[in-house]
Amino acid sequence: MKYLRDIGSYFIMLKQVFIRPTKTSVLKNLIFKEINDLIVNSLGIVVFISFFVGSVIAIQTALNMDNPLVPKSLIGFATRQSVLLEFAPTFISIIMAGKVGSFITSSIGSMRVTEQIDALEVMGINSLNYLVFPKIIALLFYPFIIIISMTMGIFGGWIAAVQGGYSSASDFALGLQEDFVPFHIVYAFIKTFVFAIILATVPSWQGYYMTGGALEVGKASTNSFVWTSVLIILANFIITQMLLG
Amino acid sequence: MIKVIDIHKSFGDEEVLKGISTTFEKGKTNIIIGQSGSGKTVFMKCLLGLFEPDSGEIIYEGTAIQDMDKDEKSELRKQMGMLFQGGALFDSMNIEENVMFPLLMFSKKSKPEMLDRVNEVLKRVNLVNVNKKLPAEISGGMQKRVAIARAIVNNPKYLFCDEPNSGLDPRTATVIDNLIQEITQEYDITTVVNTHDMNSVMEIGETIIFLKDGKLMWSGDKTKIFKTDNEAVTDFVYSSDLFKKIRDAQQNESK
Repeated sequence: MKYLRDIGSYFIMLKQVFIRPTKTSVLKNLIFKEINDLIVNSLGIVVFISFFVGSVIAIQTALNMDNPLVPKSLIGFATRQSVLLEFAPTFISIIMAGKVGSFITSSIGSMRVTEQIDALEVMGINSLNYLVFPKIIALLFYPFIIIISMTMGIFGGWIAAVQGGYSSASDFALGLQEDFVPFHIVYAFIKTFVFAIILATVPSWQGYYMTGGALEVGKASTNSFVWTSVLIILANFIITQMLLG
Repeated sequence: MIKVIDIHKSFGDEEVLKGISTTFEKGKTNIIIGQSGSGKTVFMKCLLGLFEPDSGEIIYEGTAIQDMDKDEKSELRKQMGMLFQGGALFDSMNIEENVMFPLLMFSKKSKPEMLDRVNEVLKRVNLVNVNKKLPAEISGGMQKRVAIARAIVNNPKYLFCDEPNSGLDPRTATVIDNLIQEITQEYDITTVVNTHDMNSVMEIGETIIFLKDGKLMWSGDKTKIFKTDNEAVTDFVYSSDLFKKIRDAQQNESK
């Protein structure tokens, strides 16, 4: 019963986000601030993780190639497929659920416990539009992060494979181009778009409807990470089955 | 003027407000007192339109808030200023931005005009050279004064204050009380103050209502509250040792 109520309140929140909009000039500044907080400030960790995970994928593939008949280009091929299809869109989104999701929940939750949200409402401002709408718009730039992640993942794989002596640069480049299906890019970005909406709205819902004090803000942030991750994994399964199955 | 007629509010099976009727007058500091759990905060949230009463009416200048559509409610709220218990200043904004916020949202003034108004109200609450500081960098008393400045910057018709003195030392509390009263008279607004601090009642209580268990048990002013025979009120007023001693001293003197 509680889950049904929660799902209902989540969709009611989504409806409220888009009504009674905040003044355009104010909203514009809020959107730029959110792009900085949620997108630009996440670039460092995304670049770091993507580079090294791409490297490890390449090394692991190379180390598991026992058969001399298997071409070295497989290292580039496996790195490309792993990074484009799953690592960049899905696993970076799980990491972002921890980084961005917790940030959103704790910032909105802190505003709830210190009555800042009540202050907005008393002033006649639609607090959901003021707080959540700019985050949704900012996270529409999320595919930009995933492009960076894909690029850095493949670059990391190339460095590890070539500098580690597992493959030549030309073999790796050949593998990157082998059996390339352009629709896989479309599939990755459809997933990314859905994950962006989950990343913006689920943590906002957790923060907005929390009650209690500082301890509850911490609990809400943890719940936010758990539920955002669960929904990303489920959405990943459904989208993959629908588009590639 | 705000008129309240027989409002009831329940949460689940628990009835928190049990038929409160009263009037809050313009140009006066109207005080709501009562113990914790008496329904003061729920009552104030009903007045603000944050909670909808189950029955009864809250009438602002002749129009019941329940009969207003969303746009009318939104317009009404633009005429309200609210001083929250903890100040509720926006952490991410500096003092100037906090006070300017309602103007930025609702007024058509230019930026220099807004800045002039911000400086004017900050000066009115005796705050200077704090414009660029963050709320975390100033004291609790100063935060309350910034919150008052933000509440009055848009020339509201109604000012609501929830426990304005909580967490303040007695001297600062008196400064805040006097400021609320001065602003009420100066701007001729309807002010409603929610408190359980008897010092505030003595300082600024022009009209007072006493709530207990969700019911209005007594109403009057600060001169009458110490003379009433209402047992619930005397229990509350003389629950502090200080007031008990004052009463005993007065009784001894009269003997």
